[in-house]
Amino acid sequence: MPPVTVETVDHVARLARLSLTAEEREAFARQLDQVLAYAESIQALDTTGVEPMSHAAAHETFREDVPRPCLPREAALAAAPDAEDGLFRVPRVLGG
Amino acid sequence: MSEARPGAAEIARRVAARETSAEAVTREHLDRIAERDAGLEAFLTVTADRALAQAKRVDAAIAGGAAPGPLAGVPVAVKDLLDIEGVATTCGSRILEGYRPPFTATAVARLEAAGAIVVGKTNMDEFAMGSSTENSAYKVTRNPWDRARVPGGSSGGSAVAVSTGMAALALGTDTGGSIRQPAALCGIVGLKPTYGRVSRYGVVAFASSLDQVGPLGRTVEDVALAARAICGIDTADATSAPVEVPDFRAALAAGAAGLRVGVPWSFLEKGVDAGVMAAFRRALSDLEAAGARTVEVTLPHAPHAVATYYIVATAEASSNLARFDGVRYGLRVPAADLQGMYGETRDRGFGAEVKRRIILGTFVLSAGYYDAYYLRAQQVRTLIRRDFEGAFRQCEVVAMPTTPTPAFRIGEKTADPLQMYLEDIFTVPANLAGIPGLSLPGGFVDGLPVGIQLLGRPFDEATLLRIGHAYQQQTKHHLQEPPENSDSLG
Repeated sequence: MPPVTVETVDHVARLARLSLTAEEREAFARQLDQVLAYAESIQALDTTGVEPMSHAAAHETFREDVPRPCLPREAALAAAPDAEDGLFRVPRVLGG
Repeated sequence: MSEARPGAAEIARRVAARETSAEAVTREHLDRIAERDAGLEAFLTVTADRALAQAKRVDAAIAGGAAPGPLAGVPVAVKDLLDIEGVATTCGSRILEGYRPPFTATAVARLEAAGAIVVGKTNMDEFAMGSSTENSAYKVTRNPWDRARVPGGSSGGSAVAVSTGMAALALGTDTGGSIRQPAALCGIVGLKPTYGRVSRYGVVAFASSLDQVGPLGRTVEDVALAARAICGIDTADATSAPVEVPDFRAALAAGAAGLRVGVPWSFLEKGVDAGVMAAFRRALSDLEAAGARTVEVTLPHAPHAVATYYIVATAEASSNLARFDGVRYGLRVPAADLQGMYGETRDRGFGAEVKRRIILGTFVLSAGYYDAYYLRAQQVRTLIRRDFEGAFRQCEVVAMPTTPTPAFRIGEKTADPLQMYLEDIFTVPANLAGIPGLSLPGGFVDGLPVGIQLLGRPFDEATLLRIGHAYQQQTKHHLQEPPENSDSLG
């Protein structure tokens, strides 16, 4: 694998909606490179035909599909930084 | 247990027998928190008024003739990522500062239904990401055996609260060792139940395929009581398992005679502190004295567990933490447009370790790297699970140290994330495989506690607790208490 660069971190930070400082970008590039170099060990294992394991749950528990009371709207909105008319309010979405 | 510091089982017995009241026990523990927590910093919130009101309700119910719950009057501390309606949940993060959830986690509700009294919320690594509780945005929690050292993490506050008697029991969560490792470094018992044993409803998610809630206590008997209360199916968590929950405490009496303890010697060859290894060998002798038999097993893929874990866990975390966006709860940093608000809120709200893991997790899921990292890690996860299935054909439990070293110094590993991650080498395999794990106080190295870990078959916590209880009948490590004034040993 090629080394992780500051540009790689910038690209990933955009995907993750994170604004990073210059120091963070450089430190993360160096540290991620180190962690991924360590993780290279799994590339040498023979995984031919091995099923990927996405979870350890042996069961899936579904309840009856019947309507029941849920969180009242006021309670759901109570912790919002900005709410109006029963809705979450956010800054402008499209450029002006 | 000493007269001065009764455990959960003894407290519940005294409250049920009306030798004392839940209110009196609660007041004693609130006083102890006031006296003891300065300098240790285990608690983020002390819920004194709520605790006393709850204690009075328990006392009134008993006075009214109701059958006392199995944890009647037992003070418990709750890691600050389990929600309690109306009580702040921070997850150790600035991004949730001031947030008060509108619901209560199933595990907490079940403890309270059993008569337990929540005395407060405990400090933790931010969003449970860390092995030292140094990553909290609020404060650093210190190890009561030596305040210059870490208590372990991420459930470090919960472990300190129990080891110092500020609470008789605590709840933690364990995604890669976050119950077992701090239990080991603080000299107490910690149980990570099987994946699916305890509902995750009301628990802020870190890595959903690995997260599991569990109890910390000073004795196996106390942990067995708590486990019985919190385990069991919950329709609010689709991964919770419809598997019968045995009376774990009743199962303790069966002892360890005839049980086979598998030891993966080749996995332990490198990187384990000599003192930890000596304590581990003594523990195996003690288990043999209790009637168990040791056999050698192999876990050929376990050396790859840390690499596998830090790919799987960060990938899931990068997805789970997308919800913290300044819209529905928590911090919002104003900006001219929506994208700017997301970026600034998340940059200001998250600490360095959380950002590092979001970046790593987003990277391993991104186009061009998904197959090489994430998919391959999921395949290695299958190989690790198969290793355990093989081992459990030869034994009932697998034993190894909980950690490679005793508690390290505050600040010692913060500059080098990889060194910190390698601390988790003996705990992450259980989370990847989804099996239960129990850490037991296993003696001391230079005055610092070390942990002995037992891993079991899925849903067989009862056997872990049985052997753990038999071990505590053979040993006195769990009766040791940290010094009341523990400045650095030097």
